[in-house]
Amino acid sequence: MTFTRPSFRHPSQPTNSLGYSRSDYEGTISTLCAGCGHDSISNAIIQACFEIPVEPHKVVKMSGIGCSSKTPAYYLGKSHGFNSVHGRMPSIATGANMANRDLIYLGVSGDGDTASIGMGQFIHVLRRDLNMTYVVMNNGCYGLTKGQDSATADKGSKSKKGAPNPFESIDLCELAIQLGAGFVGRGFSGDKQQLVPLLKAAMSHEGIAFLDVISPCVTFNNTSGSTKSYQYVRDHIEATGTFDFIPLQQEILTQYEEGTTQAVTMHDGSVIYLHKNANSPDVTNRRKSMDILEAEKEKGRLLTGILFLDPESSDTHEILATSLSPLNTLTETELCPGSAALQKINERLR
Amino acid sequence: MNRIERTNDFVVRFANVNGTGSASANNLFAQAIFKMGVPVSPKNIFPSNIQGLPTWYEVRINEQGYLGRRGGVDLTVAVNGQTLIQDYNEVLPGGYFLYDSTKKLPEVCRRDDMTEIGIPLTELCNAAFSDPRLRQLLKNIIYIGALSFLLDIDFSILNDAIRNQFLKKPKLAEPNLQALEIGFTYARDNFPETCGLSVHKSNATGDAILMDGNSALGLGAVYAGATVVGWYPITPSTSVIEAFERYANLFRTELESGRKRFAIIQAEDELAAIGIAIGAAWNGARAFTATSGPGVSLMSEFLGLAYYAEIPVVLMDVQRTGPSTGMPTRTQQSDLLATAYASHGDTKNVLLFPCDPKECFDLAADAFDLAERLQAPVIIMSDLDLGMNDHISAPLVWDDTRRYDRGKVLDAAALESMPEKWGRYLDVDGDGICYRTYPGTHPNKGAYFTRGTSHNEYSAYTEDSGLYARGMQRLLRKWETAKTLMPAPHEKTCNPDAPFGALFFGTTSHAAYEAVDALAEEGFEINTLRLLAFPLRQEVIDFINRHGQVFVIEQNRDAQMRMLLINEGRFVPEKLHSVLHFDGMPITADTIRRQIKALLPQLSIPHGQKECLPGVTP
Repeated sequence: MTFTRPSFRHPSQPTNSLGYSRSDYEGTISTLCAGCGHDSISNAIIQACFEIPVEPHKVVKMSGIGCSSKTPAYYLGKSHGFNSVHGRMPSIATGANMANRDLIYLGVSGDGDTASIGMGQFIHVLRRDLNMTYVVMNNGCYGLTKGQDSATADKGSKSKKGAPNPFESIDLCELAIQLGAGFVGRGFSGDKQQLVPLLKAAMSHEGIAFLDVISPCVTFNNTSGSTKSYQYVRDHIEATGTFDFIPLQQEILTQYEEGTTQAVTMHDGSVIYLHKNANSPDVTNRRKSMDILEAEKEKGRLLTGILFLDPESSDTHEILATSLSPLNTLTETELCPGSAALQKINERLR
Repeated sequence: MNRIERTNDFVVRFANVNGTGSASANNLFAQAIFKMGVPVSPKNIFPSNIQGLPTWYEVRINEQGYLGRRGGVDLTVAVNGQTLIQDYNEVLPGGYFLYDSTKKLPEVCRRDDMTEIGIPLTELCNAAFSDPRLRQLLKNIIYIGALSFLLDIDFSILNDAIRNQFLKKPKLAEPNLQALEIGFTYARDNFPETCGLSVHKSNATGDAILMDGNSALGLGAVYAGATVVGWYPITPSTSVIEAFERYANLFRTELESGRKRFAIIQAEDELAAIGIAIGAAWNGARAFTATSGPGVSLMSEFLGLAYYAEIPVVLMDVQRTGPSTGMPTRTQQSDLLATAYASHGDTKNVLLFPCDPKECFDLAADAFDLAERLQAPVIIMSDLDLGMNDHISAPLVWDDTRRYDRGKVLDAAALESMPEKWGRYLDVDGDGICYRTYPGTHPNKGAYFTRGTSHNEYSAYTEDSGLYARGMQRLLRKWETAKTLMPAPHEKTCNPDAPFGALFFGTTSHAAYEAVDALAEEGFEINTLRLLAFPLRQEVIDFINRHGQVFVIEQNRDAQMRMLLINEGRFVPEKLHSVLHFDGMPITADTIRRQIKALLPQLSIPHGQKECLPGVTP
């Protein structure tokens, strides 16, 4: 059956600076399992878009195939969406972005969709630094086909079926940093406090912003032996430091103590304030970011927050030097060389 | 010995080692003949290799304008030791064999039914030039110089062509001009009155151009307003993208900023290549990809999505010999089934069949209009022969009043003024084609979620069997609409009462027309239909119904077009007779003529029509 949300809204619900209320960013009712981590991420996306704020119809939401890839129906009902084929969201996103550089591209994928069938497309969309936010809802298993281990399942982790995973696990964040992604972060679906600003910062980054969000599968991978269960993640989580995302031209209300805060200005002029404690790493240094990820892994800790940030990163349109006018707005006048030019070509071919 | 003596009608074959610069020298030869106004058809027969393997360049010269491969060689220029004996033996009796006599011919080369023309190319070259790298290249130019004398090719045309080629580096022109002269002089001094083949100036080419099909496809896409390209390198389609890029850089670079009004993404594989094109087309840009057979296989999943989600994407398939890697540098028309029904589930795709560069250009431009009108994939079926060889063609034409047909797209104003609820997959016009919107069009109208899973008329997810079936039926309605929009076939009727018809398409056409003319001279009258598109227009059905027996001529083993005809046209299989050729070389007129003649005696001809068939007992 098709689910719809009642259209009645409380008349006094708050609106953002663009005049939209939070409900304007909602989609249809989720059909995922009750308690699914993905629903929390969908909610965080709604909250982030409401807070930034973005115009809902200026967002393009894309996905591949799997539980996670169903979620774009559950948020941003006023946006165009594209549920493509398994593992191929990055190519659809690339084409869509090339066609119109003026929209905001938000792709969601799963660990199967990204780390296995879509690995080729994942690493190449990183390489070409497409201006998009790429969110992996990472539960370490294939939910929609009933719980097989995925390539991000940790070695030794046990899913509902009980057998420990014998294969090495792929760390998507390390890959993303290595391949030159300008913004790499990791979140946890159970930590909205961190996830919402993480999404807001990612969506404001120019170039590719990659977010690996650990999102427990309550049905197939929330067991005591799983490293992607709610309990395990809560027990082993470590953050790079807290941070605030300050969108463009907004007053900074909080004052930070000198020396404890690093301000990183994004391309559009918005700022991320990283609050450091004694142990928090410098996330603008790629080599250090890789080191710290490995070090935490050795300790059995899962590092979250912004893992790497390159404020100088570029994007595919800049690399290719494409027109500042969206290509899909160009007409015969700008695109067709006309008959006179063709006559000259004919002459040269005689 | 009966020397072959012909003017403006013969075949020259060059046997070279690839990677030695022979291609540009041989090209110079073909260009010179074209510039003398004589129709010429060069075919490059090359290995899947960069350097060191045998390669041939076969040039047919024919004043009547028959441009298919003829078969047989009248003059061979043999400069490849690896294939020397084979090349020697393949010259037709009465023909000519030009070889590098610096080294003696092997003992086994003892024919007295042809003329040997030994020119010490290496010796002459080494005596005149010292740079070893240049020597290899200039040896080729020396034989071109010799051919200029032997075949009466206007020497000034060759001279001018070289000067033009090195316009920016005049210093390099000098040794080339010298090499031409050396060859010419040696042939004049040693082989006067030796060669009975000759090229005379003519007006037979008229205003024709000489161009390869891939350049025409790329240029067509520029004219059609394509802005986004996703691609993955694969022979023989790569030069489509190279041509698009070359012309787009020329015509689509913004003067002030230097920014480009196009985006070309070299993808990680063909899956991504077509994904990029689909994503861009979905978002309102004209987008395409080009590939060959193996790429089509990889793109098949996405083609199914584009068919079902109704996204206008253009795919250019430059076919080569399969299956698998097959013979990657040889030609075939063997992707018909793989494209017509590409993808899982019930799918049918539009195919277009160009036969020369002008049609490549025209159909490339039409493909984008058709794709957007039909909101469906459109596949242009070229092949290696058309794509990578130069062909004589009518000049390219563009009508400046032509407007792109962007199909049924709603803008903000249209959405605003709609009285009823808009449905992405709601067939309001009854032609099976619905209205679409681009992302970002309107703040609260026209957004929809595109999906390959079952959707209702409003693009919402559904697993309702009835809704799914209704959607699939509507796509069939769209297929019926597509039939009316396809380019019309070209028919040639030699006798309205003739019982025989021949149907062919693409590069098979040139050899087929020649074969049909030859058969007509022998008294066998055959009407022809050159197919330009799939699905089949009514004219195609009528043509087959009108003829008792129809020869279906194609370049693949399994008679794929015949299968499509039987399947889509519901014809009695017995009336469609296959004429097939699939060895990777372009089909020849002689092959077609012989196969048809062999079929004729077995065919039952309706009473009263047998007088059209001299010598055939019904």
